[in-house]
Amino acid sequence: MESKRKETSPSRVPDDLFVPLPKEQQVDTRQQKGDSYWRDVMGRLFSNKLATLGLILIILLSIMAIIGPWLTEHTYRSQSILESNTSPNGTYWFGTDELGRDVFTRVWYGARVSLFIGLAAAVIEFIIGVTYGGISGYRGGRVDNVMMRIVDVLYGLPYLLVVVLLMVVMGPGLFTIIVALSITGWIGMARLVRGQVLQLKSAEYVLASRVLGGSNSRIIRKHLLPNTSGPIIVSMTLTIPSAIFAEAFLSFLGLGVQAPVASWGTMANDALGSFKPVIGGDCFSRPSLYH
Amino acid sequence: MTAEKLLEVKHLKKHFHVGKNQVLKAVDDISFDIYKGETFGLVGESGCGKSTTGRTIINLYNSSEGHVQFNGQEVAHIRGRKRKEFNQKVQMIFQDPYASLNPRMNVAMCIGEGMDIHKLYPGKKREKRIHELLETVGLQKEHASRYPHEFSGGQRQRIGIARSLAVNPEFIIADEPISALDVSVQAQVVNLMKNLQKEHNLTYLFIAHDLAMVKHISDRIGVMYLGNLVEMTTSEDLYREPLHPYTNILLSAIPVPDPSIEQTRDRIIVKGEVPSPVNPPSGCVFRTRCPEAMDICSQMKPVWQEAKPGHFVACHLYEETSHAR
Repeated sequence: MESKRKETSPSRVPDDLFVPLPKEQQVDTRQQKGDSYWRDVMGRLFSNKLATLGLILIILLSIMAIIGPWLTEHTYRSQSILESNTSPNGTYWFGTDELGRDVFTRVWYGARVSLFIGLAAAVIEFIIGVTYGGISGYRGGRVDNVMMRIVDVLYGLPYLLVVVLLMVVMGPGLFTIIVALSITGWIGMARLVRGQVLQLKSAEYVLASRVLGGSNSRIIRKHLLPNTSGPIIVSMTLTIPSAIFAEAFLSFLGLGVQAPVASWGTMANDALGSFKPVIGGDCFSRPSLYH
Repeated sequence: MTAEKLLEVKHLKKHFHVGKNQVLKAVDDISFDIYKGETFGLVGESGCGKSTTGRTIINLYNSSEGHVQFNGQEVAHIRGRKRKEFNQKVQMIFQDPYASLNPRMNVAMCIGEGMDIHKLYPGKKREKRIHELLETVGLQKEHASRYPHEFSGGQRQRIGIARSLAVNPEFIIADEPISALDVSVQAQVVNLMKNLQKEHNLTYLFIAHDLAMVKHISDRIGVMYLGNLVEMTTSEDLYREPLHPYTNILLSAIPVPDPSIEQTRDRIIVKGEVPSPVNPPSGCVFRTRCPEAMDICSQMKPVWQEAKPGHFVACHLYEETSHAR
């Protein structure tokens, strides 16, 4: 490199006019380390005020879901019939419902159930969807065709019908809801991953790995999945709220978790009865609001 | 050339099925040998099957027919431990430096991948070897922790070269390694490859569409057109007296770096477009665009024959039995 530069510099400028830059002005570009991926991600997250606020809210909500029910001496199922439908006060921070149960305890207990359902649905969707879509996209050809037609058939099933059927067969409950949510929930993920894998598997860096003798599992683990992680994570973050809403919706219809277990959906449903006196009465508004 | 054969390609065919009952003949019956230590250039316009040939040789694609033998072994049948050995001995450099490096892996991971797969250089030696390789290809060892997006095209191509060198290969298939780079960088990369060849005693299959660059690096050159090899000889011979009309046309397309000559010289302008490889012309595939096409060209496929010692051509003009002029 050095000699080349001399050749190409204009011949009119004699070599002795070139003076080295003083030490303190030299920028040693070699020492600049590339930003590590996670530091980059964290930097971007915290520079976004809304995203930081969201993170804080999620953390607060999770903490309250864990410790919330223990902050009062009431349990989610203990009743005091004499004090039903009270407004928020010293003993009952969010008041009580129709059956005299503490709404504060039930809201956070319900948060546990709802968040658990959301997370479980997302994790199951992740596992089934990524595996199924990954195999389908990676194998390609006939395997892909058959697997995707199965997906199409599943996609065509009316969701509510499947849920009602499952409730009849398995009986209502937390487990049934999770099964119901994940039985069709993974389809979107599978399609997404398949599309990505289909596109990435012919990328030159994948070919390079194969030429180097990389096994299929290595190619999937080191090349395909890391480059698909963006869309997968986005899809998972959208799954969690939609699973929570779906649970609330099913519970609201009476298909979800059964009394006395609380979830945000059942609470909104229970409170509908006491909704008459004041619009926006405490029993109705609290669970809905935190929802 | 009295050197021993490293790679033998015999009647290689690669057909792709496109849609129902349609076959795309990407590579249609080509044969050539590559000797130890030489550089064999493969040229032809885009879509003529050069890359497919390269990828079939290294078994990224399964061949439809024909044989590829590396060191006397049938490549398609190498399994198990021998397969690993083959993967180590034969490496590839890819065309697009922006697509050939995984954006999620830093340079050390990219280069080290082959070493990890073959468990060469364990522990501390791995890092040392990566730094060594980076310096070999003209980068600095401090670059090891950076990510591909922080490099220019030429630098990325160097990383790609370092990756293929990491497993100590004997034979490297360079699939248009310079066509995505600009001209000044092209020369650097080609010279780097030439130096590496000398140092490590490498054999290259150099695929490109730029005849000038291929001549610079290659000992022998094969010219491809629409899945067929039309001419093959040493690079001097090919320039001095090209036989096939297609080679003539390709040579006349090389610009002369002198404006006054460039303006006045006669170029052979080729008519028409490349026919579809799904439905190639009968007889000689080049006849639809050939300035010297004869009647026989549409009836018979020209035979691949040695017109002069070491100079192969497939053209009716040089067949003794045909109506040579």
